[in-house]
Amino acid sequence: MTTLTVYIPADAAALSLGADRVATALRHEAQARGIALDIKRVGSHGMFWLEPLIEIETLKGRIGFGPVRPEDVPSLFESNAFAGGEHPLKLGHVADMVWMLRQQRLSFARIGIVDPLSLDDYLQKDGFKGLRKALQMSPAEVVAEVHASGLRGRGGAGFPTGVKWKTVHDAQADRKYVICNADEGDSGTFADRMIFEGDPFMLIEGMAIGAYAVGADKGFIYLRSEYPHAAKVMARAIELAEQAGWIGDNAFGPGKHFHLEQRIGAGAYICGEETALIESLEGKRALVRAKPPIPALHGLFGRPTLVNNVLSFAAVPFILAEGGQAYADFGSGRSRGTLPVQLAGNIKRGGLIELAFGITLREIVEGFGGGTASGRPIRAIQIGGPLGAYITESQLDLEMDYEVLAANGAMLGHGGIVVFDDSVDMAKMAKFAMRFGAEESCGKCTPCRIGATRGGEVVQKIIEGERVAQNIALLRDLCDVMTAGSLCAHGGLIPNPVLSALNRFPEDFAPAAHKNAAE
Amino acid sequence: MEKLPAWDEPRARALIHAKSDLEGPLLPILHDLQETFGYVDPRAVAIIAGALNISRAEVFGTLSFYKDFKKQKPLGRTIKLCLAEACQARGADALADRFEQNTGCKIDGGYHEGVEVETVYCLGNCALGPNALYDGEIFGALTDESLAALHARARREGAAS
Ligand SMILES: Cc1cc2nc3c(=O)[nH]c(=O)nc-3n(C[C@H](O)[C@H](O)[C@H](O)COP(=O)(O)O)c2cc1C
Ligand code: SF4
Ligand code: FES
Repeated sequence: MTTLTVYIPADAAALSLGADRVATALRHEAQARGIALDIKRVGSHGMFWLEPLIEIETLKGRIGFGPVRPEDVPSLFESNAFAGGEHPLKLGHVADMVWMLRQQRLSFARIGIVDPLSLDDYLQKDGFKGLRKALQMSPAEVVAEVHASGLRGRGGAGFPTGVKWKTVHDAQADRKYVICNADEGDSGTFADRMIFEGDPFMLIEGMAIGAYAVGADKGFIYLRSEYPHAAKVMARAIELAEQAGWIGDNAFGPGKHFHLEQRIGAGAYICGEETALIESLEGKRALVRAKPPIPALHGLFGRPTLVNNVLSFAAVPFILAEGGQAYADFGSGRSRGTLPVQLAGNIKRGGLIELAFGITLREIVEGFGGGTASGRPIRAIQIGGPLGAYITESQLDLEMDYEVLAANGAMLGHGGIVVFDDSVDMAKMAKFAMRFGAEESCGKCTPCRIGATRGGEVVQKIIEGERVAQNIALLRDLCDVMTAGSLCAHGGLIPNPVLSALNRFPEDFAPAAHKNAAE
Repeated sequence: MEKLPAWDEPRARALIHAKSDLEGPLLPILHDLQETFGYVDPRAVAIIAGALNISRAEVFGTLSFYKDFKKQKPLGRTIKLCLAEACQARGADALADRFEQNTGCKIDGGYHEGVEVETVYCLGNCALGPNALYDGEIFGALTDESLAALHARARREGAAS
């Protein structure tokens, strides 16, 4: 008897729509029909509107079906869809779908395809090629290769990764650390999570290369607590990688160890800020540290520490395997390589799109995304998380590029794009930004701790139509103080969403707007 | 989810000592205590302070900073409902309002019939909101019906524990 092989994602997005129930239904149906079934759990291809997207192994390769609900399962068997027959949910070869064909997947090349916890799968698809190569080079050469790639930090600040690696490499100390920032707190982002759940060895490999390059023998992954599935997969991946000797004792040669530990956050957005994260790892309240000294010289337990985002580390295995230049060949201007864009919110086709820099927002939101899920017109887009600016529909022709967006009063951040339709109330979003800022403030400096709270109150007054002109002037003043006087970018950037909402959607702040809405 | 054990000092000590040699052991210890007992009992503070050779104020400072750590024994189950921007763009606010009206349960307002619903900012499923997290499971594309069903399940499981 031949065995039917089915791939079902175990990514949280697919699970959230019942992927486990689909797996159970498939098992029952196969058993009832006397068919031997082999279910393989994989990551997600990132086409979330088609989840749960399952694939059947056939003589002609893997054929996708989606979105599959448990009640669709009997018809999949009856229509003979698994043997090449037609079915309304049939998508064909996933790799041939337009959404996939138009991407440049470097970091996401394996995700959705491989078993995330199979070292064999990983090795077959170029896994550990980068680390192997790195270990034949000197640490300084590895740093130079990363520098040549033009990679910039994907956590938000866009700082050149090679420069940071060199600083830690050059620092003299008895101990050094590498830290992966997986706090991914920005609304509209999920790329880090997908890597944990879909290709955890890639992150481990990237961190190992980083540790070798800067001379660290200990690494920490700081993962937010809101990602329980990601935590489980990574914990197992670390065990497997250590058992196989890729990390652990003598991983980089005799006497050259690299130990990796995963730590879980506890529900504080500010722990994404690297110095607050370090305090948290040390077991303290996550209060932001004043810089300088920078973590690269004086980080965890006072030692030189390399902190990078998940996506930054994830780009490194490719860079080492194929060369920095191969990575730099993608992109535009000073934004080199690819960016995993996360398309979210009120969008018809949302998901993960890895693209070279330089594509316009319109191509992403309309081309890939197909407009809003509600079918109503797009009114506002927030890029770069809760501290990112809102832009209007007319600004969609801007390119995804650090400098282009910055020059137009927006920021790329961690690459999240959140789409809103015309039912959005931008004064309410401005109030939300202030309240979120206040709730997540670490409390160390006054402009942010007090300012964000007052800011929320002032926007509320504007919404209620109370002395609108004066309160708008006050709000602008307050934003100036927060921008100029905050210790870190949390307080410093809260004015971004607030002022962009106010400046680009002033009609929502007029007294009449809310009077009408309330009636 | 199993029934939570009552506070048990020897067991707490064992958990604390099992992790005290880690680098930066405090958060892992607090997590382990909460996972075991459902909260971090104030009686643990002095034991941790002794084991890690830090002040009780430092332990308490950390314990009180992070939203995840509960300082009282839970009175039931917790649903975390995402109300961040991308879920708002998909109607999470309106869903939450209707939920409060239909159930009388106030979001972030403590336990009601053995369930509390807490706001969370982003569960990393922002193209498929509104989303909730319950008992380590994620629920996407929530509707009035599916949220009510999840709430009913939490009530049942809250009553059983
Ligand atoms: C309020 C705030 C939140 C942040 N959240 C994150 C985060 O969730 N993940 C992240 O990688 N970086 C975050 N950052 C940026 C980090 O401070 C830091 O720049 C980054 O981790 C460095 O890694 P990279 O160079 O690879 O981007 C945040 C910064 C601020 C001010
Ligand atoms: S700006 Fe806010 S988050 Fe940053 S240090 Fe000041 S109080 Fe803390
Ligand atoms: S905004 Fe709700 S899951 Fe991200």
